Amino acid sequence: MKFYPIFRLLLALCIPTWAFAQLPVPAPAQEKAIVLQGGTFHLGNGQVLQNGALRFEKGLITEIGAQVLTEGAEIINTEGQHIYPGFILMATTLGLNEIEALRQTRDYAETGELNPNVRALVAFNTDSELIPTIRNNGVLLAHIMPSSGLVSGLSSVMALDGWNWEDALHTPDLGLHLHWPALYEQTGWWAEPGGIEKNEERENTLAQIEDLFRQAKAYAKQTNPEPVNLKLEAMRELFSGKRILFLHANYAKEMIEAIALAQRHEVKKIVIIGGADALVIADFLKKNQIPLILDRLHRLPDWPEDPVWHPYELPALLHQAGVKVALAYDVESNAPMGTRNLPFLAGTAAAYGLDREVALQMITSHPAQILGIAEKQAHWKG
Amino acid sequence: MQRYVLSFFILLAGYMPLSAQVTFPDNGVQDKRAYHYALTNATIQVDFQTRLDKATLIIKSGRIVAVGKNLPIPVDAQVIDMEGKWLYPSFIELYADYGLPEPESAPRGFGREQFLSDKDGPFAWNEALRPEIQARELFAPEAKKASEWRKFGFGAVLSHVRDGIVRGTGTLLSLHEGMAQEIVVKDIAAAHFSFNKGSSSQNYPSSLMGSIALLRQTYLDADWYAKGRNQQELNLSLEAFNRLKGLPAIIEAQNWMEVLRADRLGDEFGVQYIIRENGDAYQRLNEIKNTQAALIVPVNYPAAYEVGDPLDARLVSLAEMKHWELAPTNALRLAEAGIRFALTADGLKNKSDFLKNIRKAIALGLKPAEALKALTATPAQLLGAEAHLGSLQNGRLANFLVASGDIFESEAILFENWVQGHRYVLNPMPEAEVRGNYRLQIGTQTGELQIGGEYTQPDFKIILGSDTLKAEGQIERNLLTLRYIPKSSENKAAVRLSGWRQGQNWQGKAEQIDGTMLDWTATFTSNQTPPSPAPEKKPEIPTLGTVIFPFLAYGNAELPTPQTYLFKNATVWTNEVEGVLLETDVLVQNGKIIKVGKNLNAPGATVVDATGKHLTSGIIDEHSHIAISRGVNEGGQSITSEVRIGDVVNSEDINIYRQLAGGVTAAQLLHGSANAIGGQSALVKLRWGLSPEKMKIEGAEGFIKFALGENVTRKNSGNLFTERYPQTRMGVEQVFVDGFTRALAYQKARASGKPYRRDLELEALSEILEKKRFITCHSYIQSEINMLMKVAERFGFQVNTFTHILEGYKLADKMQKHGAGASSFADWWGYKYEVKDAIPYNPALMHENGVVTAINSDDAEMGRRLNQEAAKAVKYGGVSEEEAWKMVTLNPAKLLHLDQRMGSIKVGKDADLVLWTTNPLSIYAVVEKTLVDGIVYFDRQEDAKKREEIRQERNRLIQKMLAEKKGGGAFQMASFKPNRIYHCETEGDE
Repeated sequence: MKFYPIFRLLLALCIPTWAFAQLPVPAPAQEKAIVLQGGTFHLGNGQVLQNGALRFEKGLITEIGAQVLTEGAEIINTEGQHIYPGFILMATTLGLNEIEALRQTRDYAETGELNPNVRALVAFNTDSELIPTIRNNGVLLAHIMPSSGLVSGLSSVMALDGWNWEDALHTPDLGLHLHWPALYEQTGWWAEPGGIEKNEERENTLAQIEDLFRQAKAYAKQTNPEPVNLKLEAMRELFSGKRILFLHANYAKEMIEAIALAQRHEVKKIVIIGGADALVIADFLKKNQIPLILDRLHRLPDWPEDPVWHPYELPALLHQAGVKVALAYDVESNAPMGTRNLPFLAGTAAAYGLDREVALQMITSHPAQILGIAEKQAHWKG
Repeated sequence: MQRYVLSFFILLAGYMPLSAQVTFPDNGVQDKRAYHYALTNATIQVDFQTRLDKATLIIKSGRIVAVGKNLPIPVDAQVIDMEGKWLYPSFIELYADYGLPEPESAPRGFGREQFLSDKDGPFAWNEALRPEIQARELFAPEAKKASEWRKFGFGAVLSHVRDGIVRGTGTLLSLHEGMAQEIVVKDIAAAHFSFNKGSSSQNYPSSLMGSIALLRQTYLDADWYAKGRNQQELNLSLEAFNRLKGLPAIIEAQNWMEVLRADRLGDEFGVQYIIRENGDAYQRLNEIKNTQAALIVPVNYPAAYEVGDPLDARLVSLAEMKHWELAPTNALRLAEAGIRFALTADGLKNKSDFLKNIRKAIALGLKPAEALKALTATPAQLLGAEAHLGSLQNGRLANFLVASGDIFESEAILFENWVQGHRYVLNPMPEAEVRGNYRLQIGTQTGELQIGGEYTQPDFKIILGSDTLKAEGQIERNLLTLRYIPKSSENKAAVRLSGWRQGQNWQGKAEQIDGTMLDWTATFTSNQTPPSPAPEKKPEIPTLGTVIFPFLAYGNAELPTPQTYLFKNATVWTNEVEGVLLETDVLVQNGKIIKVGKNLNAPGATVVDATGKHLTSGIIDEHSHIAISRGVNEGGQSITSEVRIGDVVNSEDINIYRQLAGGVTAAQLLHGSANAIGGQSALVKLRWGLSPEKMKIEGAEGFIKFALGENVTRKNSGNLFTERYPQTRMGVEQVFVDGFTRALAYQKARASGKPYRRDLELEALSEILEKKRFITCHSYIQSEINMLMKVAERFGFQVNTFTHILEGYKLADKMQKHGAGASSFADWWGYKYEVKDAIPYNPALMHENGVVTAINSDDAEMGRRLNQEAAKAVKYGGVSEEEAWKMVTLNPAKLLHLDQRMGSIKVGKDADLVLWTTNPLSIYAVVEKTLVDGIVYFDRQEDAKKREEIRQERNRLIQKMLAEKKGGGAFQMASFKPNRIYHCETEGDE
């Protein structure tokens, strides 16, 4: 990676009333070593370094501690400030969806139910006007996904700064997104909702998914398959563990079903996205070591009898139960314009029972670990 | 106010013929008979409170001519011995559409807009107004349906066309299968109303509040028309509407809140509606009783839910479970409260459950006399038809039931249902008691025959030697058929008996398995030993859950009351010149803030240790759409100032409690933004558990929603919906100018002293001109904001508040000069084109320019963390903490003209307070307590207790449902119906 845009986060903190008529120009590569001297360093691994210092060169952190080498570096006094690793926005359509109400600006939903071969990164719009507003709240990386149908395609991690998608690319095509068919469906239409009924179409859909995975696995065993099938090709690395399978599901039983399918087909890396109901099956998730990308906490409880603050309390309860959790903002809503509020999700989780540094981990190191980019990201390691 | 004095006169208008001369011809030889009967030795329930034993009922030509004991039997009467039988007046149904055509909706293409009625002729402008519909002209007797109704005990039904808001007149019909001309008991028996527009394909009304407004305006129009003030139009609907006056007026309500809404509407126009409630009136007995309305009450108890799977059981809400348990107590509770009601079979999926469900209510404590009254006397009185129906007194129609016993306290069988003196058999009456033990002889073989089972459906056992054999058979009058398989039969061949009754005994022919024929006899030996007559033990009335307010999770069995509270040692955010006071005490009494100071003492006060905690005035959400029933937008027209959110406040919304848990104590419930001039707001306090009327803030000023931009020009509806004016921002201005121009003319007409038509739409607009009603305007783009201010200035008033106002930062100076306030989102943006230029610095910039600025939610989720949203004004705009806090408390109070009593902690103001764990602008702040009017409506500790109570109550009900499933009761799938979450843009009814 060419750079880690920590620097601009600090700038944002220093000049809070930043307002340009045009998008800010992407930052140049780091030329000179920089040392942040003083302040509270939240390491993103649960630890806090008071009155510390940090040195980075060519975009990489080279040293962190009470004292660091200052030679040849520009020194920035950060006394009295808090320094955090850049936040990672999980499972978003940022860059693919500018204004939801305008079809021309929606680019996240390809037609058809099965699109494993579709790649988010090529459509990622580095010139999105949303990006600076989000970056200025400390979100520096984003996990961009296509979103529609059963299998929506491949997601990538992008840096929120760059002239073009290639420039902004952090990790390409790291995971495939499968949207699990709902057990229950709301009847009626949006203005006249009926009750909830069992989804009768489901058996066929499940058979379709089962079939896809069986074929993909057989296909993956061949080194030079004839004919080449782009869809099955995209699924090949699920079975080697080089590609993650993201299962979108919210209801407890749906999560169990989805995970069981993936395990049955020997998919190596499984992650749940959504997980509103995950507390009910926390033991199961822990035992199977399935991490969870939890959708927006700022929502209403699912049932009237749920504790009023249930969504806020979920991260603490899930963490306590031993589930690895990362926080997402706009999985269901496809509303990336609000994702600048990501840090406030962590804050809310901390208000309702979660240790503050763990809350921070849920938008920094946990996402990095879940995405398999923790090593590459190498954040905060001296 | 009861208006049944009239009923005597109306009664004379009944068309029931007493003599049998008719106008229609017979095909064949005339067969006219007197149909003169004497039914003797019966137990006769003359009316709901009088029962005669061993009595006689004499009927002639379809009417009762005498009832009593030891009556002389007329010589020409057929005598029917009713020994052991019970006679009841047959039931009257008030809510039927018997004999009438089903309403048919005209096909309406999606996106098609229809502003006026498609009906031919000079009728009402709106298809939902159908006062001209007369059931008496439309009905046709339907043998099959009449037979169904009779089977369930009914003798007469009030039938109306169930379509529209004003539905015309209903007709009272007997269920005799005669000619149409013969079965009309009362041709114009009632006027019918509802809040559902039915088959109408018109845009308006599209919401409950629109239906209510339309009905109100129709009363006014009809009055205007009746006084002959309208020389410009002939309107047959209004003429018909005026003829409905004086008739019993029946209106349909979907739940108890609609009962209250209907009654309030009736009060406005001097009408006491009879209200068809929906089985949940028990949930608000006091308020229902205060309406003094008679009710039509269904027995549509929900079936138990499928709760076998503990995860899926969550799909069933506590409210549904509790209603399942308590619905059978509805009639009982109404009777105990002294509320007058008739029972209806309407609403039952299966009408055969009718009597069964009434028996269920009786088992729970409903007095049988009350049940019978609600099935006979009350419905007859409500229609002023007691001269014809409702009892078995002399002169009434001969509509009665013959039963095998007490129909309420036993599983008695209905044998016959007589209608207008015509005998309809429901279940054949056995000629005699045949159950007993008989000595059986078949050929030379001897044994025993036992006839047991039900009186009308006996079963048979044959004992031969040591073998007890089940026999299949039936008795028809005095003939018996039997079949049994002897033990010795290898290929299941049967012995078949045919016989006839001879005195108490039987005899006949039997065919053996080998085909040979023998004689057989059965000689009576003894009565059957009754199956161990367990001492008549009333089944224990099961323990039932309590009614809670509101009737959903987190409701209270008892409403909390105001207490004296002393908050000690708090950090107090006064929102006054004193600023934030440290280590300060606040005393609350009788719902008001009494004292603010240090080291306060108050004997008898509940002391709340607030050390380390922050006490603030309650959050006021200037823009909320929670707690609204059946539609937040009346989008049917571009100006709907006549509709009122106040008509549709919904106290049964869990989001009220959720907002309290976020420190919200009051809110403006706004109409949506689907049209340029929307409806009138309701200003409410979040008094959890109180009825909708009691949530409203007493003496609050009137507000109204206006809207601009994409929504009102329907830009977000794709390429459909392109007909309604306006389609551009240019047109939006003209809608306003036109509205206020018409309002000026209206004011003039009103002031002229000459008669004028009261127009609810223009009345509301006039109030704006008179500065008695204030505008909250949905707005985004600077051009249109500027435009509305110019329109207002031209008509001499100010826009009170621009809500959303996302481009307010571009013209804050103009707003300040105009005198408009702002109520904005903290940072919501980018979801459609017109919000592209929004910046989170907007509230701060407007505030700096001297605009009274509030931060609102427009969203049930955001509404419960408005403290976080306020904090964003500090983060993005550098607003001071105190000023930021005012943006969700004092400033919205100012915008709503409530700051004299809310919005700050000041002696004398309402005790609407929130205790926070820390600085409320911190993301870590959590609500400890929320008080409204000095009443704690949310308490973190109590909330934890409630969670536990909910768990236990659910568990109790789930176990009870599972037990019922074992017992073979009816079941339905779990069917969670989520509460509708409304936003500005949500269109449509529920």
